Amino acid sequence: MLIDLLQATKSGIVSFFEWFGELGLFCGQVVRAAFGAPWEGRELVRQMDSIGSKSFPLVALAGAATGVVLSLQTRESLTRFGAKAMLPAVIVFSLIKESGPVITGLIVSGRVGAGIGAELGSMRVTEQIDAMEVSAVNPYKFLASTRVLACLLMLPLLTLAADASGIFLGWISTTLSHPMTLRLFLHNGLRDATLNDFLPPICKTAVFGLIIGFVSCFQGMRTRGGTEGVGRSATSSVVLSSLFIILADVILVRFIQVVFPS
Amino acid sequence: MRAGKTMAEQAKNGKNQEPLVVGRLHKSFGSQKVLNGVDLSVARGETVVVLGRSGTGKSVLLKLLVGLQQPDSGSIRIHGQDIGGLGMDQLNEVRKKIGFLFQQAALYDSLTVEQNVEFPLVRHTTLSDAERGKKARDLLASLGMEKDLNKMPSDISGGMQKRVGLARALALDPDILLFDEPTSGLDPITAAEIGQLIVKLKKERNLTSVVVTHDVHGAKSFADRMVLLRDGKVVIDGTFVQLEKSPDPFVVQFLKDAA
Repeated sequence: MLIDLLQATKSGIVSFFEWFGELGLFCGQVVRAAFGAPWEGRELVRQMDSIGSKSFPLVALAGAATGVVLSLQTRESLTRFGAKAMLPAVIVFSLIKESGPVITGLIVSGRVGAGIGAELGSMRVTEQIDAMEVSAVNPYKFLASTRVLACLLMLPLLTLAADASGIFLGWISTTLSHPMTLRLFLHNGLRDATLNDFLPPICKTAVFGLIIGFVSCFQGMRTRGGTEGVGRSATSSVVLSSLFIILADVILVRFIQVVFPS
Repeated sequence: MRAGKTMAEQAKNGKNQEPLVVGRLHKSFGSQKVLNGVDLSVARGETVVVLGRSGTGKSVLLKLLVGLQQPDSGSIRIHGQDIGGLGMDQLNEVRKKIGFLFQQAALYDSLTVEQNVEFPLVRHTTLSDAERGKKARDLLASLGMEKDLNKMPSDISGGMQKRVGLARALALDPDILLFDEPTSGLDPITAAEIGQLIVKLKKERNLTSVVVTHDVHGAKSFADRMVLLRDGKVVIDGTFVQLEKSPDPFVVQFLKDAA
């Protein structure tokens, strides 16, 4: 019984490190493939549309909901401590520094991560990726590097969209109870802000994009076992991307505090 | 430098050699031995059919021939060039001379029929958009698919998908064509049509072909030679008549079961 348990633990640990090793090799192949002709510009634009434009409504809606909730929740607390005038700043800073990037990352990992995992997984089990290799086309370049690059470029833009819609709906929610112009709301919210408050959190989401792209492409391209395997790849793409985004956020927040002090 | 020279020499010499030669090929997956010393050579313009029960390594053999999988040991020579030690760029150059029709056609879901055929042309030729389109349409027309250019793969039947897959395999004008179960999952009439297409391609293009199938009687129409695999080894290599006359109990049973 104990031996079985030890063996199961050992094989779990070995699998864990194997997975990381294979992921590292995969990332290396994708990066190598990305730097060289042909550039696959058309496929990159298609992926940017699929990942960016098509995620926009969901991300904007999530940002808007966060803005409203922040306004409703913090107003009461701030009123209690006599700091109601700080409400615009709290909404703006919360959204820009943390809520916007993390919510965007998690939402895109759900929508796009599952999509990439399932699409590449299905291409793997139906031999489409083999067909690509036989046609002397590098799938790491055509399929993976374009998706990773599209995630890298689109995440910061989607985060800006989430931030903007959150701030706008936060203002609407605030002004319904205590009327104030958008200009005044923004003036109060942004008065003490510096570039270091805005730029690093936006750049942080580029790392989230890399995580979503690499993990989802990796899980998709190593799919085995037919339709059941495709389902597993889609699920694991979302779960692992989300997990790594949360972990990366913890590390990056501290990194930003040290490197870009406010 | 020496390696490059050797490969150039191999390629030059290869023009006078048999296009496809496999020697002592071994392949295992874990403890399961799939190929156990397979020898095979295919002459220019010849169509060789590889037969065998399910799981005898027929499809694995095809995948080894294009470098999709690596053999445990043995050699694969395409036009005299051993593909075992080639880098990815060199292997891709060899792959451009080989067309591959997959069992389920493996058409790209996100591309139309015409775009599927254009896919290799976009990446490996300097043809203009118009020339590429014309070549793809001509290929599809020669296979009876000229009316379905803008359809998606999911909107056409299995037989039509195989034709499109064949057009894509022919796009780069290969001189070797590999077929993985070209008639599986098709009704008898469509299967016969695919067989006729293989004969037509052989006549028109003098292609060297390897066809993996379990349909012995369908393969009679296009096979110059038949190779029967059992437990990863070649049991018999000869014409259909030679197979029929073979006293080997496995060959007799295989033909009896296939009838």
